Amino acid sequence: MHLRDSITNSLKQKEILLMTHIVLGYPSFEDNRRVVEQMVANGVDLIEMQIPFSEPVADGPVIIKANQDSLTSGTKVKDCLDFAREMCAQHPIPFLFMTYYNIVFKYGLKRFLSKAEQIGIKGLIIPDLPPEEGQEYLSLAKEHSISAIQIFAPTSTEERMQTLSSHADGFIYCVARRGVTGSQTSFDKEFNNYIDRCKANTELPLAVGFGISDKNDVEELRGKAEIAVIGSATIRLVDSEGPEAVGPFIKGLR
Amino acid sequence: MKNTNGYYGEWGGAFIPEVLFETFKEFNAAFTEVKADPSFWQEYCDLMGTYSCRPTPLTHAENLSRIFGGAQIYIKREDLNHTGAHKANNVMGQGLLVKRMAKTRVIAETGAGQHGVATATMAAKFGFDCTIYMGEEDVMRQRPNVFWMEKLGAEVIPVTSGSKTLKDAINAAFRDWVTNMDNTHYVMGTVCGPHPFPEVVAWFQSIIGIEAKEQILKQFGKLPAKVYACVGGGSNAMGIFQGFLDSRHVELIGVEAGGKGIATGQHAARLAESGGSAGVAQGYKTMFLQDEDGQMKDTHSVAAGLDYVGVSPILTDLWQNGRVRFDSATDDEVMAALEKTMRKEGIIPALESSHAFVSAFKEAGQLQPDEAIIINMSGRGDKDIFTIANAFNDPSWKKFIIERGKEYASS
Repeated sequence: MHLRDSITNSLKQKEILLMTHIVLGYPSFEDNRRVVEQMVANGVDLIEMQIPFSEPVADGPVIIKANQDSLTSGTKVKDCLDFAREMCAQHPIPFLFMTYYNIVFKYGLKRFLSKAEQIGIKGLIIPDLPPEEGQEYLSLAKEHSISAIQIFAPTSTEERMQTLSSHADGFIYCVARRGVTGSQTSFDKEFNNYIDRCKANTELPLAVGFGISDKNDVEELRGKAEIAVIGSATIRLVDSEGPEAVGPFIKGLR
Repeated sequence: MKNTNGYYGEWGGAFIPEVLFETFKEFNAAFTEVKADPSFWQEYCDLMGTYSCRPTPLTHAENLSRIFGGAQIYIKREDLNHTGAHKANNVMGQGLLVKRMAKTRVIAETGAGQHGVATATMAAKFGFDCTIYMGEEDVMRQRPNVFWMEKLGAEVIPVTSGSKTLKDAINAAFRDWVTNMDNTHYVMGTVCGPHPFPEVVAWFQSIIGIEAKEQILKQFGKLPAKVYACVGGGSNAMGIFQGFLDSRHVELIGVEAGGKGIATGQHAARLAESGGSAGVAQGYKTMFLQDEDGQMKDTHSVAAGLDYVGVSPILTDLWQNGRVRFDSATDDEVMAALEKTMRKEGIIPALESSHAFVSAFKEAGQLQPDEAIIINMSGRGDKDIFTIANAFNDPSWKKFIIERGKEYASS
């Protein structure tokens, strides 16, 4: 099923969906497996799996460290693809890849997208690939029925949002604030104005990420966005309390 | 040097996170405006003339020329710039741009520390707040530069992620910028990064080549046969090469860090020995030292400023088109060339610049005495005193450091 249709279906049962983020190979693929199981069992609706990159320029300290540790322990792109195939086959929710462009470029755009489709991946988030640089990527993604997720930022003008929206598919990832992943976001008037602007410039569901870390944050987004994205928070939790803590945490988010 | 939408041939581009899109638009517009305004270039030249000892001299290295018995060796003395390197050209230019854009804070990354010192100097002069990101490894290697940056009023942040060198400092600076772009300009230190940085830095550094061409014609009566420059990111090389790009018979040679030898894997030769492959990182497409998955490799050079995983997209294009030849020099060769230059000419090149000297010395003898070559001496070697003293295993220096250490420990 196409990503947008899955989201639409899920929204018939829930007011707000949860999307979580894991870094593949961190702390290990075995831990990733347990974490994903608990996420799915406790009502996560979508999972973005980050293929680690040595230069994760848009990420904050928690995810940078996870990327580095994963690579240091020997994670290869092939391992990530194998793991993703297993997850897509086992769990009935949409999985997305998040990674930086060089991983896809080096693997070969056509080869990567065709592989992702085969595996069952529904969408791709590449934060360092603006549509101007990604024409071939965008058309190949369409060809392979993979949603090339576009990103809105608080600095995006109306005109820019329109441009991004014209290339968008699946949902729009709205970066909640300036900066990198993992810091607190404040839900003030400025934030609400931004979300209103996002809504006005796309027909697609909105996923809000960056700094969403607890039940209160998810509550704040209820009625404003369709998807709340939990990123660094679960990685921190696995670091401090182990994979078993993820289930109760997810359960407590709504 | 043809730039089509930020691309030089197939290299370059602007692979930036969405949050920086408008910032780059504003930056590009400001740069396009000043580039078309001759009064801006004049203001820049006046500033460099009164603040940074420009034009820097072109020194005829008579002793070295005699020793190698071939071409007349000329040295373009970027070491005599304020702060001791060509870096001043770029930062003062970007400082004038920052003023036009009405921003109040600058950030920069630095490897050897020269760009950091130059940026801190510029910030002090123009009254900007200043934060410098530097790999923890480089902080250790280049402590004197850290000292100066801090004394000039900059905050120096050691970067502990990744290989703790230049590429990680660049990532950290980008992370700062995506948070603070409203009041902050990122003063990229070399001809790399997303468009328009390569063009901006190349433009300000072109002052080296413009001067060198005039000087060699005046002093030697004709253009040189070859021009040598070391290449980390490539800003001093692009600077001097631009004076000679259109003169097809002048051979241009970029010298990369051969480190402990290409075969050891501990080097930073991306173009010279086909060590690099095409990739996209840090906002632009070029040849990177990376593995088969696209993960950046650790690099090594005795010269912190050459220890970089990517290279200017402009130079990659010039390399691909055969306009610039690339060579590499090992750490050992660099120390030998440095020693020779000090002893025979009384000139102390930076470890970075000494790479260019290595290739020039190897090839000078193949030319005739009525031919000239130019070596771009990108900076002076004072900053490298700890590394150089260590490499020479100088006993009296060691004794001095131990004594001074004892004094500090007991105070």
